[in-house]
Amino acid sequence: MTEDIFQGYRGDALDVLKKYEVRVWGAVQVETTRGAFEGTVLPRAENDDDQHIVIKIITGYNIGIDIRTITNMKETGYKKANYKIPEKQFPVTPGLPKVKLFGTGGTIASRLDYRTGAVIPAFSPGELYGAVPELADICNLETEKVFAVFSENMGPKQYIALAKAIGKEIENGIDGIVVGHGTDTLHHTGAALTFMCQNLPVPVVLVGSQRSSDRPSSDAALNLMHAMKAAGQSDIAEVMVCMFGPTSDEYGLLHKGTRVRKMHSSYRSTFRTIGDTPLARINRKEIVPIKKKYNKRRSDKDVQILPYFSDDVTMLYYYPGMKPDTLDAMVDAGYRGIIFVGTGLGHVNKELYPAIERAHAKGVHMFMTLQTIWGYVHMFVYDTGRDMMAKGIIPAGNMLPEVAWVKLSWILGQTSDPQKVKEMMLTPINDEITLREPYNGYLVYQGGVPDVDDFVRRVYK
Amino acid sequence: MTFNSKKNYEQTRKAAGYIPRRKATSKTYKDIGFMSGLEVHQQLDTREKLFCHCPAGIYHASENYDAELKRHMRPTLSELGEYDGTALMEFKTRKEIFYRIKNDSACTYEVDDTPPFPMNREALGVALEISLLSKLNVVGEVHITRKQYLDGSIPTGFQRTAILGVEGEIRLPQKKIRLIQLSIEEDSCREISDIGHIRVYKTDRLGMPLIETVTYPECETPEEVRQTCDYIRFLNRSTGKVRTGMGAGRQDVNVSCRGGSRVEIKGVAHTKWIPELTHNEVFRQWSLLLMKDMLLKKIKNPDKWKIGSKELPGHVLHDVALPEHAEQLVAVNLPGFQGALSWFTQPGQMFADELAGRLKVIACIEHPNLLHSEELKPTIPEEQWQEIAKLLDGGPDDAQLVITGPSEDMKTALETVEERCLMALNGIPNETRKSFEDGTTVFERVLPGADRMYPDTDSAPIPLDDDYIQSLQKNLPEDIFDRYEQLKAWEVPEDTYTYIFSKDYFPLIKQIVTELGINPKFAGTFFGHTLKHAEGQYEGTDVLYGKKIFKLFKYLKEKELNLMLAKKILPFMLQYPKMDFESILLEMKFKKVKKETILDCIPVLNDKFDKECKKNNKTDRINWIMGQLRENALGNISLTELSNKL
Repeated sequence: MTEDIFQGYRGDALDVLKKYEVRVWGAVQVETTRGAFEGTVLPRAENDDDQHIVIKIITGYNIGIDIRTITNMKETGYKKANYKIPEKQFPVTPGLPKVKLFGTGGTIASRLDYRTGAVIPAFSPGELYGAVPELADICNLETEKVFAVFSENMGPKQYIALAKAIGKEIENGIDGIVVGHGTDTLHHTGAALTFMCQNLPVPVVLVGSQRSSDRPSSDAALNLMHAMKAAGQSDIAEVMVCMFGPTSDEYGLLHKGTRVRKMHSSYRSTFRTIGDTPLARINRKEIVPIKKKYNKRRSDKDVQILPYFSDDVTMLYYYPGMKPDTLDAMVDAGYRGIIFVGTGLGHVNKELYPAIERAHAKGVHMFMTLQTIWGYVHMFVYDTGRDMMAKGIIPAGNMLPEVAWVKLSWILGQTSDPQKVKEMMLTPINDEITLREPYNGYLVYQGGVPDVDDFVRRVYK
Repeated sequence: MTFNSKKNYEQTRKAAGYIPRRKATSKTYKDIGFMSGLEVHQQLDTREKLFCHCPAGIYHASENYDAELKRHMRPTLSELGEYDGTALMEFKTRKEIFYRIKNDSACTYEVDDTPPFPMNREALGVALEISLLSKLNVVGEVHITRKQYLDGSIPTGFQRTAILGVEGEIRLPQKKIRLIQLSIEEDSCREISDIGHIRVYKTDRLGMPLIETVTYPECETPEEVRQTCDYIRFLNRSTGKVRTGMGAGRQDVNVSCRGGSRVEIKGVAHTKWIPELTHNEVFRQWSLLLMKDMLLKKIKNPDKWKIGSKELPGHVLHDVALPEHAEQLVAVNLPGFQGALSWFTQPGQMFADELAGRLKVIACIEHPNLLHSEELKPTIPEEQWQEIAKLLDGGPDDAQLVITGPSEDMKTALETVEERCLMALNGIPNETRKSFEDGTTVFERVLPGADRMYPDTDSAPIPLDDDYIQSLQKNLPEDIFDRYEQLKAWEVPEDTYTYIFSKDYFPLIKQIVTELGINPKFAGTFFGHTLKHAEGQYEGTDVLYGKKIFKLFKYLKEKELNLMLAKKILPFMLQYPKMDFESILLEMKFKKVKKETILDCIPVLNDKFDKECKKNNKTDRINWIMGQLRENALGNISLTELSNKL
């Protein structure tokens, strides 16, 4: 009960509130050595210190008062904030595709509580309709919360739950599926679902937002509209990530779940297809394919759900001078699969060799991927590469390191047979390894070069 | 039958008691309940911006940019599920917003692709000094708040702002004006253009540290508003740590009359414009209230009042020259509004202009967007208005207008017209208005409510402990009011104060007086008259110049030269800023002469006067001799002393 009245306050600040019998949401007059203040006491963020009390003053701003300066305090009223979000019935329009939105905990749309500043996630169709009414023109929406975790806490358990939920929806005849997801590990989930949900008859679109939806310039609403459109109307029946193309409110891109990567910590246009081009470009009017070949939408329900995942796979990001004990430690800890992230064409130093041999002898499955992100592992070019292959490290082509980790985990959830593991790893399910890298699959322009700057000036970033 | 718009305009102007400002007295304003307060914005002089490490104060021409990007602003709902008034309006306008970025002055933070860095401490320190000078109660912890702006002037859609103090005051000679609060915030983008549905901004100014001082609405005359504003700006400048020059200080002026509403005149760049703007605004409100009374006499059921509208067949206006964007013509009937359209609002403006202004901003239809039946110079002949009225089933008490614009904007346009007319039946709408140099204003936006603040989840609160506040307190300049009193005590003429405070020369004058022992009246007058006058004649002077004047006086003092010489040296200093004093004196052909040598000339000149001038008037004699000696005397002997010797 006390937590409720003094929400977030602890230590000295809590003592002061108790001393003057002032509650959170109480209207207060505070006298301090710095003068008088008036406002409503707000809850305090739990990580903030215990030396200040936060109040909202009449002009709408929040301020903190140092408790050491307080000489008197009086509660003159009380009004608890109301968190309720009004809902509007999401209209059902005959003829529009039926789309299911799975919630995983990321906030795609939300509303603000101005009193508390709390961001209230909007999730039910009615809430979403209130926030993004345009959705009703795109599809008939159903929503379901599968679980609620932060993006960084998404893991094997959640992949499996999602895959099963997707299977069930397809069974029920849905036209498309959207998964709302925090952006940090969106690409991991994209890969996991690609491996777990094979032979999809409908699109499965993963979407998030880089700028929280409580702000007017958020990318959330547009991403959501694009994702719903891709899920309901596109004929690409694959696991895709749908996020901003440029940082401008221009168009979205549909990326293959196995080739996409988050490339900037905060840009809106952070997701890029690596070593290939995206599947398609999407705006509110149309979906324009970029790749000619993709898996087409079908009317059957013959999806194959393979919800397997082993916890025994780890990654080793190599650095110059790395000691063999790091690798030994992983093996001793019981990891059965290790994805190496090597330098250049796929290298580590000779010092690691004995450890690699010991790991191989223990039956650890080892694959090589690249720190360069772009390009193929080529272990035949130098002796080191050939040495390592002889010691049991298998080159994983141009598979992205994170994708390789997901895939090996998925495989080890099904088999331990070295030959089978190798064969499964190197047989692409959906372009996680491609046979060729198109010339425009690697475009990292260098700012400052006149031609590039000229291009950037002419084209919206 | 025919309605005389010109007569109506004149009559309504008279009825409102509108007189030019020069004829108005404090009683004029008291009678209509003039009330005004200020929000004074001041850029702080820091090296970097407030929430990122971009350099502050680098400006670019509009066409000089490295990249451009496009955003839309979407209102977020408040806890009641209602859109804020401004939010709704801005969403209706469906603007595409373009931002121009120059790498020299903006980074990924400005365009909202990177979260904020910790607040610039230099800026915080200066803002706190000003808070203390403003006698505000300084907060214990700074909480950064997001204040929503959907006009696009800030790419995030909100401004990061934080309160540093509440409940302060400034002292004017005749009264105290209380302050509501002072906040530190990031400056917004500069608008390049706003045409139709496209608005373009540049991001150079965006993010620069700014403070906003908000007063209670306690100013009772337009002149008092200006005076208050000057005092706040002088106070800011007295720290020596704020930016000066075009755009570095801007204010929003809130005005209302008795029974009126708070209307905010935004972005007034010069304090001298304030009196005319507030004068016109208070009368605009007063006149609109009279119009309301007139309308309510005719309109018995204001709640049910509605416009009637019809698309106009092309042939009706076939011989009228229409603007290019007039692809659709919609005629509107305003029941009971005869006499309202030509109702006086401001000099040269009438109620119909209020409608046109909103059509431009809310429906995005460029001017001219409106023809109406009470134009002072009719575009459409009377017969055609009668035809239009008939088409709309208009009665004798009604007024008609024709909206001309793109068809896609017509729905919003009709809603806008109806909404504004309904407001006219209710009183004065809260709004922000844009100011013009001639003292008139136009509608800019709906005034946002307090419901648009929420905490910035990207920033941690900043504690302000007592030690820090006390260390700032120690180095504060004296109060502007105390400086005012000091100048008065020194008998420095009052007409110099504005210049001295606005250039922050007081500390220098004080230094000259205390360290060099120079007569304060002379020093003050030298700055407030001589320097001000000389500055007007030579370009390129700045505040740093003041320090050189200290050196000048010190030099004259050391060389035992008469101080009057400073007046002659000053123009040379302004023309040749690099030249040292020795060289200037050489250039002036100044010769150092002993006082006695000059005085020794007097008898000779006396004789000469007797011979050459046939008069024997004493004044003439003194004047003549003074004239002969002035050149030589200047710098060597005080002219007063010389004149006394004569």
